[in-house]
Parts: sequence; C-alpha cells; structure tokens
Amino acid sequence: MNRKRVIATGCNIVSPLGFTAEENFQAALSGRSGVTTHTGTFGIPEPFGASLFDRSVISGPDGGSHCLFESILLLSIRDAVLRAGIDPASPRVAFVISSIKGNVEVMDADEAAVPVSVTAARIAAFFNNPNPPLVVSNACISGLTALIHAGRMLQGGRYDHIVVAGAEVQSRFIVSGFLSLKAVSPLPCKPFDAGRSGLNLGEAAATMVISAVDTCPDDAWELVDGTTRNDANHISGPSRTGEGSYKALRYVLASCRPEELAFVNVHGTSTLYNDEMESIALHRAGLSEVPVNALKGIFGHTMGAAGILESVVSMQAADAGVVLATKGFGQTGVSCPVNVCAGNRPACGRAFIKLLSGFGGCNAAMLFRKGGAQ
Amino acid sequence: MRILRYVRIDPDTVRLDGVPVPVTGRGLELLSELYRNRVKDYPKFFKMDLLCKLGFIAAELLVGDEPDRFVPREDRAVLLVSRTGPLCDDRNYQKTIAEDAYFPSPALFVYTLANIVTGEIAIRNKYEGDTTAYGFPSFSAGMLVSVVKVAFTDRVTTSALCGWVEAPDSDHFEAILMLVDDTEGDGMEFNPENILKIKLNQR
Repeated sequence: MNRKRVIATGCNIVSPLGFTAEENFQAALSGRSGVTTHTGTFGIPEPFGASLFDRSVISGPDGGSHCLFESILLLSIRDAVLRAGIDPASPRVAFVISSIKGNVEVMDADEAAVPVSVTAARIAAFFNNPNPPLVVSNACISGLTALIHAGRMLQGGRYDHIVVAGAEVQSRFIVSGFLSLKAVSPLPCKPFDAGRSGLNLGEAAATMVISAVDTCPDDAWELVDGTTRNDANHISGPSRTGEGSYKALRYVLASCRPEELAFVNVHGTSTLYNDEMESIALHRAGLSEVPVNALKGIFGHTMGAAGILESVVSMQAADAGVVLATKGFGQTGVSCPVNVCAGNRPACGRAFIKLLSGFGGCNAAMLFRKGGAQ
Repeated sequence: MRILRYVRIDPDTVRLDGVPVPVTGRGLELLSELYRNRVKDYPKFFKMDLLCKLGFIAAELLVGDEPDRFVPREDRAVLLVSRTGPLCDDRNYQKTIAEDAYFPSPALFVYTLANIVTGEIAIRNKYEGDTTAYGFPSFSAGMLVSVVKVAFTDRVTTSALCGWVEAPDSDHFEAILMLVDDTEGDGMEFNPENILKIKLNQR
C-alpha cells in the first residue's frame, strides 16, 4: 500500500489585520503591519512593539462566553473547517492545537483554565469531535511541529483529516517575560537588518485543515516533509553554528532540489542572535542564493500560531507568484551571505520551506510543494 | 518497539526498571537527593523549575550509565507529555510581576515554556534529534503510545526518551520515563498495558 500524501484543504488566519487567510495575505502583500508601539498596555512600565487585537471587537462564535484565546481559536477553526468541507465531529478527524502560553492571562483568576490541554479539550468538544485533542507546546516552533506531527498522523492512515490550529494571546505575563530577556524592540522590528534591535510580539490564531489523499491534485499544496531538531546547546540562546536549523533543513532538502524553491520563509525574529544563526544555517545548507523572507514585521511574533500562520501566508504568496517583502529590512546585518527580499519580488518555483527556531534549542523545517509540480 | 529501561518517580517513591530505589526525602527533597546520589556534577540542576528537575533526574536514572554517553547524536528523540506542563513555574513567575512589585525574572520566565525540560535533557546528553513537548487533557497510555509511534516515523529517529512528566506542585508530581527503541524482539513491548503496569508500580 502506498503511503498517503498530505495536502492542505482549508486555511484561516484571524489576526489584528483580518479574519480570513485572504485578508491577512492582502495585508502582507501591501505591507500593512499590525505592529505599533504600546505604552502602558497590560500595565507594563516599558514601551513595547506588538500587533494586538482590539479587545472590543472580538467575540466568540456564540457571543461572550469564551475568553479571547478560545474565541480566536474557535473563529479560525470554524472558517477553515467550512472551507475544507469536512465534518469536524467525525471520528476520522482529529484536532492538534499549538500554543506556548495559552490562557496564561487568567492565571490569577482561574489557574485551572491555564493549561493549553484544557482549552484544547473545550475546542474539540465545541466541534463535537470524539477524539482527545493533542497539544504541541514546543516554544516558538509549536505551530510547525504541530503540522509535522499531524502530517505524520495522517500518513498512518487512522485519520482522514486533521484540524491543526495554533494561537497566541499576549498578556502582562508574556510581554514582561520577553522584556526581561531584553528581546523586545519598542519600534517596528527589522529582520536581518544591520540596525535590528529585537522582536515584536503578535497575537493571532491560524488553522490549516490537512487531509490524506492517494494522489496530490495539481491545485493543492502538499505538506511533503518536515522535522524538528535540537541544537543541544542552550535553553534560551541559539547555536552559534545553526546546528538544529541546519539539520532540519538538511532533512527536508532530501525531498527537493534547491532550484525548486521559490523561497525560504525563515523565522526572522529580528533579534541579533536569531537572524545571525539562521544566516549560518542557510549557508551551511547551501541555500545562500535562494530568496529568503520573514513576516514578523507584518504580524509580529505570533508564537504558537507562527508556524501555521506563516505557512498559510507563504502558500498564498507562492500561488500569487510573489516572494513577499521582509518588512523592516534594509541593509544586511548578518555574517553569512543570505538573499533577503526587501521588497515584493516575482517568485520562481512551486515549492517553499518554512523554517522556525525556539527556546529549548528546538528548530523545525517543513517543505511545501504545489501538487503535480515535482 | 521495545522498552529498554524505565523509571517511575512520584513524591514518595522511585522505581528504576521495577526495582525500588531507596530514598529518605520526599517531594522536592527527593529529587535533590537523587541529584546528590546519582549526578553530583551538574549544578545547573538547581536553577531548573520543578518540571525540569523531575524530567532531568528521570533521564539521568535511565541513561546515566549508558556507554558513549555525551557523544552528539541525532537518532535519539526526547518526547515528553504532560497535562499541566510548567504550571508550577507559571505560578512562581506570576509572583514577580505583581501590580505593586514588578520585577520580572528572566530566569523564571524561561522555564514557563513547556518544552524547556526536553531542551535540558537534550543539552545534557547532546541529543540533536527531535525534541517535542506534547499536552494531553489527561493521562492516557494508549495516546502516549500512538504519539510516540507517530514521532518515530522521523527517518533518523531510532530511539527515544519518552513518557509522562506531570508536576503541578512539589507535593504532586509523577514521571514515567522510558528509553524505547524501534527494534522488535525479546524484552518489554512498548504498549499501553506495559506503561500502565509501570504507572501502577506493578513492574
């Protein structure tokens, strides 16, 4: 029996820039950013750059009974499931949810509601899904590890579709933590730029419904291959040799030729260490010539949503024949040569790699290819 | 797939490969005692939060005497499952950002990420393979086996430190950690029945 192929069948992004994948892609295409400088938000004494929801305009699918974290997840999943045309209550459907800090903003009021597994169970119950949901919480690569794991679940044949959804809501907890690590810029971030001075945080939920098929249709995006690798170096600093990112890239490059790649959509957080590390990993993997872009200047760092959100935007960009600009980038500020796209550029190729890195030393890469293109 | 070695730790008892390990302390002191008796030379242990201490010590018991330990390897994964993850450290960090006493601690914040425990084990042992922290709504031996088997479809992974690490507070924690590999043959099969026996201290 041939191994099942895995394709994306329904996508959504809910962010401060829009409530559908299309709206968010159009924002990215036109360079519209959700990032602003916040002063006093969450009662935090230092200014910080972030893309945050207007709390007054978000409500869950049945009115006010859900917190923000649950509301954006439910809205995102509902739209993606409708687009995929699947029955989320089927036993042949499973839910995989990615987030780093989930509902941590309710820590003082309702500690029992904080674990992401608690929210995941409520989400699966909302859609009457009979299977226990799986949570992936792998720091900043959570969304990509969730897609990789869910894709492998489909190849096993037990499920027909998996709803992979990631979300992050910002809070006093998370923002103060990243500020204490001196990782946050009060101004819009500048990935790979010589003048970069830290990241912007972001809020979003993103969903990709993925489905098992025997042959990949020409008009579908296939999740071809992906893996997670550790630097085995430091819990909060990336490897100086880009070890884990390089190994993850090498793994997925076994399934494609670099010439096929329209671009590599990198992590590009705009911290000194991350972008430098990625330039080393890309160089070691032989990808110095391939166009590279990062979306953090548009959406901020959406943490547990990032892997899914940035993959969904990248699929749409490749469909539109464009390598999206790296907003904020001007002059290269990393030591290895890397082909960072400053402005929107025509894309050549029907495949791309999504790359992410996170605390705990983890890194993930995933190869996406438009069906029938190989 | 086979379970090569296994350990279970709770606040009162430690069993390694089914054999009780004598301890005098309980709770956090039990973990410190295991560190002093079995590790000694890794003072970073004392910076770790409860979840990391638990996962780290469990891993030390399993692979502490493995030949060629510390040689970098990509073929071993670290796959840990929890329900509440780093909730204990969430509580500790939250205290540092109170309205009237705002002194956020970066050292505490880092450990509020659920996967740091997998990273600490990878760093200690030079495991450069897959490291992933999963969350379940409740303990499930069946789901644990399913998740680990899915992760083993990675083309490089041939063995893993995997299991359940749950540590909501220092009076309530449980680690069920196993060293498993992808071979068949004699020994203990990696299946839900055997994991349940380990959980119930019946093995």
